[in-house]
Amino acid sequence: MELLSLSAVELATAIKEGKTTAVEAMQAVLDKIRQSEELYNCYVTVDGENALRRAQAVQRRIESGELTGPLAGVPMAVKDNLCTEGLLTTCASKILSNFVPTFSAEAVLNLEKAGAVLIGKTNMDEFAMGSTTETSAYGATKNPRNPEHVPGGSSGGSAAAVAAEECFFALGSDTGGSIRQPASFCGVVGMKPTYGTVSRYGLVAYGSSLDQIGPLCKTVEDCAVILETIASHDEKDSTSVERQDTDFTSALVKEVKGLRIGIPRDYFGEGLDPEVKTAVLQAAELLKANGALVEEFDLSLVDYAIPAYYTIAAAEASSNLERFDGIKYGYRAEAEGLHQMYKKTRSQGFGPEVKRRIMLGSFVLSSGYYDAYYLKALRVKAMIKKAFDDAFAKYDCILGPAAPTTAPKLGESLADPIKMYLGDIYTISVNLAGLPGICVPCGTDGRGLPIGLQLIGDCFREKQLLQAAYTYEQLRKEGGKADV
Amino acid sequence: MANIITDETIEYVGILAKLELSDEEREQAKKDMGRMLDYIDKLNELDTSGVEPMSHVFPVKNVFREDEVTNGDGSALTLKNAPEQKDGMFLVPKTFD
Repeated sequence: MELLSLSAVELATAIKEGKTTAVEAMQAVLDKIRQSEELYNCYVTVDGENALRRAQAVQRRIESGELTGPLAGVPMAVKDNLCTEGLLTTCASKILSNFVPTFSAEAVLNLEKAGAVLIGKTNMDEFAMGSTTETSAYGATKNPRNPEHVPGGSSGGSAAAVAAEECFFALGSDTGGSIRQPASFCGVVGMKPTYGTVSRYGLVAYGSSLDQIGPLCKTVEDCAVILETIASHDEKDSTSVERQDTDFTSALVKEVKGLRIGIPRDYFGEGLDPEVKTAVLQAAELLKANGALVEEFDLSLVDYAIPAYYTIAAAEASSNLERFDGIKYGYRAEAEGLHQMYKKTRSQGFGPEVKRRIMLGSFVLSSGYYDAYYLKALRVKAMIKKAFDDAFAKYDCILGPAAPTTAPKLGESLADPIKMYLGDIYTISVNLAGLPGICVPCGTDGRGLPIGLQLIGDCFREKQLLQAAYTYEQLRKEGGKADV
Repeated sequence: MANIITDETIEYVGILAKLELSDEEREQAKKDMGRMLDYIDKLNELDTSGVEPMSHVFPVKNVFREDEVTNGDGSALTLKNAPEQKDGMFLVPKTFD
C-alpha cells in the first residue's frame, strides 16, 4: 500500500481496518518531510517527536474503540496563523518569532477531538498578507508541482504540503482567496466556507470581517469531512453562526441534473490566461453534458472588488495588528522609553508588505479620509453583495477560474504589488460577500502547472457546492470529456 | 499620479501606525501609497449615494452572557509570553521620569 498517496478518509479507513497505524502514517509523513522539505519549505515548524507521541496516543484510542471517525489517526498540518498550544506560532513574521500560544484554535481542537494528529505549522505570507508565500520571514515555499514556481498564498505552505504529500490534509485561512488560490496553483482541493461557519477563535486576525478557516486537501470527500469536523458554533467567536446543516458529507452525491450554474462573462475577459479559460470552460461543458443547466450572465462590479477589498482589509489589519507592540508577547526591541520601544519593535518586527498595508489602513481610517475611503469601500461592498444576491436568485452556483493564471515563477510578483493584487480578482469578492467558495483541480497548462476550477455558492449553501464539486471530480476521474 | 503623498502625511501615518521608517522606506511608502490610492480612487466611478455602508454581511448583534467567571485564574498563562515581567505584571520601559 502506497500510504502517502491515500486521501485522509482512505487512510483513516486503512487504520481502522488494521492495515496500517496512525504511528506508521506519521512516520511516513515525517520521512517524506525529511526528504523533500529542504527543497519545498512547506513548514515553519515540524513537531516531529511530539507528533509521533500524539500518533501513538491516538492509535491506542482507535484500538480501544474510543475514536472511530473518518479522520482518526490522520496526520494534519496547520497554517502558522492558527494558535496551537505549546507549539510555536509565528504567522511567518519575525515579530512572533518566539510566540508559543497557551491555547489552541477552536478549529484545531475540533480536529484533534476527531483524532487528527498535528504534524507541524505551515509556512504562509507574513500575517496572511500576500499571494505567493514569498513574504514569509522564514523563506519562500516552492510549488511541489514545479519548484521554480510559487505555491500561491497566503496558505501556500498548507497547499504545498498537501501536494508534496508532506501531510494528508491541512488547515488554511482565506481572507481574499488565501485557500482557493494556492489550492489552484498546487492542484489540490481548497474551500472557504460561509463567513461564520468555522470559529475564528485562535486564528490570528488579519481582516476580521473577511477571515475564514477552511480545508486544503486531496479530494472533495476529504473536504466535506474536514469541514463537517471544524464547523461549530462557538461562544468565543461572536460572529460564529449557529447552523443545523453541517452534515456536509451527506452532499457527496454524484448528480448535477437540473443544477443551475451561472458563468460570469466578466470572469472571462482581459487578463485571463487562454489555457486557464479553456480548462475551466471544459469543466463547465462536462457538468452540462451531465445534466447541469449552464448559462452565461453578467455579474457586474467585478473590477471594483479589489480596490474595495484592499481598503477594508488594510483598515482592519491596521487595527488588528496594533496588538503587536512588544509588551504582551513576541519580539521586543531594545529602546529608551515606551513609545520608542513600540516603534522600534514594530519597525523591526514587520516585513515590507505588512507595513505597507498597516500604513494604508491607518490612512484610510484617519480623520478626513474615513468617509472618502473606508465608508466608500463599505458601500461598494454592499453593492457587490447585492450583485451576488441577484445572481443567486437565478443560479445555484457560479462557476469560473480561481485565478487568472497558473503559478508564477518565484521572484516575479513582489516588485509590483498592484499587479499581484489583481491576481485575486476571482476570489476576493467571495470574501466581501461572505460566500462559500471551493477550488478543485481541472487540468494543467502546457508547462504542467495545475489549473483550478472555482465554484461559488450562496451563503450557507456549501452542500450544493460540495455536490457539484464532487460530481465534477468523479466525472473527471472517470476520464469524462464533454461531447460538445 | 493623482495622489501625491507628502512628507507630512507619511509622518502622520507613521505616528498612527507606530512605525519608524528609514529614509529609503519613507520614499518607497510615499510612492506605494500614492499608487494604491490612485487605484482605490476607481471606487469613485460608482455612484453610492443612498447605499448604506455594510460592515458585516450578516446582521451582527451583541451576544450576551451572564457575567460569571468560568475560566479561573489565567494570569500565569497570560504572562507566559511576556518579553519582560515583574511581580505578576508586564514590565515596560520607563514611560515618564
